[in-house]
Amino acid sequence: METPLTANIRSGHEPSDIDAYRKNGGYRAVLKALRSMSPAEVAQAVRDAGLKGRGGAGFDAGLKWSFVPMGSDAPRPKYLAVNADEMEPGTFKDRLLMEGDPHQLIEGAILSAYAIEADVAYIFLRREYRLAARRLRQAVAGVYHSGLLGRNIIGSGYSLDIHLHVSGGRYMCGEETGMLNAIEGKRANPRSKPPYPQTSGLWGKPTVVNNVETICNVPHIVNNGAPWFRELSHTDEGGTKIYGASGRVRSPGAWELPMGTTLNELIEEHAGGMQDGYKLRGLLPGGASTDFLTPAHLDVKMDFGSVEAAGSRLGTGTIVVLDDRSCPVGMVLNLERFFARESCGWCAPCWGGLQFAVELLTDIEAGQGRMEDIDLLESLAKMLGPGHTYCALAPGAAEPLASALKFFREDFERHVHEKQCPWNRA
Amino acid sequence: MLSREEKEEIEAAAAAFPVRQSVAIDALRIVQRYRGWVPDEAIDDLGELLEMSTAELDGVASFYNLIFRRPVGRHVILACDSVSCWLLGSDGLMEYISGRLGIASGQTTADGRFTLLPSVCLGACDRAPVMMIDDDLHTNLDAEKVDRILERYE
Ligand SMILES: Cc1cc2nc3c(=O)[nH]c(=O)nc-3n(C[C@H](O)[C@H](O)[C@H](O)COP(=O)(O)O)c2cc1C
Ligand code: SF4
Ligand code: FES
Repeated sequence: METPLTANIRSGHEPSDIDAYRKNGGYRAVLKALRSMSPAEVAQAVRDAGLKGRGGAGFDAGLKWSFVPMGSDAPRPKYLAVNADEMEPGTFKDRLLMEGDPHQLIEGAILSAYAIEADVAYIFLRREYRLAARRLRQAVAGVYHSGLLGRNIIGSGYSLDIHLHVSGGRYMCGEETGMLNAIEGKRANPRSKPPYPQTSGLWGKPTVVNNVETICNVPHIVNNGAPWFRELSHTDEGGTKIYGASGRVRSPGAWELPMGTTLNELIEEHAGGMQDGYKLRGLLPGGASTDFLTPAHLDVKMDFGSVEAAGSRLGTGTIVVLDDRSCPVGMVLNLERFFARESCGWCAPCWGGLQFAVELLTDIEAGQGRMEDIDLLESLAKMLGPGHTYCALAPGAAEPLASALKFFREDFERHVHEKQCPWNRA
Repeated sequence: MLSREEKEEIEAAAAAFPVRQSVAIDALRIVQRYRGWVPDEAIDDLGELLEMSTAELDGVASFYNLIFRRPVGRHVILACDSVSCWLLGSDGLMEYISGRLGIASGQTTADGRFTLLPSVCLGACDRAPVMMIDDDLHTNLDAEKVDRILERYE
């Protein structure tokens, strides 16, 4: 089984420096692209590979790039923004890629930038990733030194600068247009769309935002081609995926596996099954803003289409496991508190709705809720859903709430009937 | 007054942007690195340097939770309170840290040694529960480990 994204990563070791990275074939894709491929050909290779965005929404990367105006008439400068904000609770995959192989991300960023003829790329990194910041900074300096960044790279006529931008901290910064505002030095409220960033992004210029893992795939696609990439997967969505699991499993961690690996294989084989004395009650397949799935869903293949067909979303592909000794209401309260705290306050349904949901959940969890409160939560989940707000934070908050009310309804009701949390009994 | 070092670093950071005001967040962070937090007078000075109104700059500063507009202790503890850490008992751990330091979440110890802040997921959920102190990540925490770790920060 091939694991292109993690082939260079050895946990507990310093990452490859530029010389070691190049010795292993690194930056070969950049040389190949700049010497023998047009930007359109790089974009087409990614399009043919069917690379879906790994930041959570699964949007086709090549398709996104195709909306960028190209050629000599295109507005300039153009920008690439690498989304390295990784603040989705339960998610720790981009950290692995950046700490483990910073050059892979930089190589991918050069290629992605070339494909859209970007002049400048920003890597937008959350403040807490100090080790990643140090390693990326060092790596970028090395690449400039070797002449693969800057003016007229290897005599190709193509010029690119990469800047590492460290965030001031806030979940909203990871939202595509919130990030654009954050890079511009403003509050990270989202922008209303259209216009889309591909035509009017940073400082009004064409901009593409892609996730770290998405971009790390690009060098391998350029080197090995679309058919190879599609072959890596168990399903018709190409490539490998960095999956992960946390919660009461025996061996929490992150693993690169074929796209479409089943939930069961992830939990039983890679995460080592549940810890002794704990049973699986449910799980969030891809971070805090995905719907709960249950043990009945263990056969689901973890790709975007299959998880959606099962009623949830692949999201970031890092599973959060709910065990039978943790209270589902408490878990949902924890999730909604997070969303309420991070809401930027722009849309009334999101701001007010989340505050209210937290109040209701707090009451129910404390044994002071009424049956009507459960129905109220249900209508709040609908109100937070798609179509009522500027960004996807509110719909993301609705997903675990609505699905918990569906799958764990009797646990909510027990809190009301027993006037206490059944898990808190001494 | 902004120090010469602060000004130089801000000017260097501004080179990454086509528009000068875009360096605002970097500028706030540079000031914070030297002073621990961002006092009102620094907002005034930065406003002047970047040709921004104080209100505008304060609006930016207050949006970002890692820009501190109030004094903090010598060491800042970011204790993860997100879902994976919660599943592994971060609630109890937060209470324990609070008790050990004699402060509630959001407060600073009387001796100015620690500020305790709750944090969104720190991206180390496979090693939950976790916290950061300053730039250091501490993982797989329990009460005993917390005791040993806290001792290391003077
Ligand atoms: C509130 C919110 C936070 C987000 N945070 C992140 C993040 O930290 N990292 C990320 O890659 N995408 C995040 N996204 C998704 C981005 O908006 C965007 O879809 C993604 O970066 C696009 O990259 P991709 O197409 O390569 O996946 C977030 C979305 C929302 C609504
Ligand atoms: S949905 Fe929430 S976070 Fe998104 S723009 Fe509206 S208020 Fe802000
Ligand atoms: S939930 Fe605590 S580190 Fe992710």
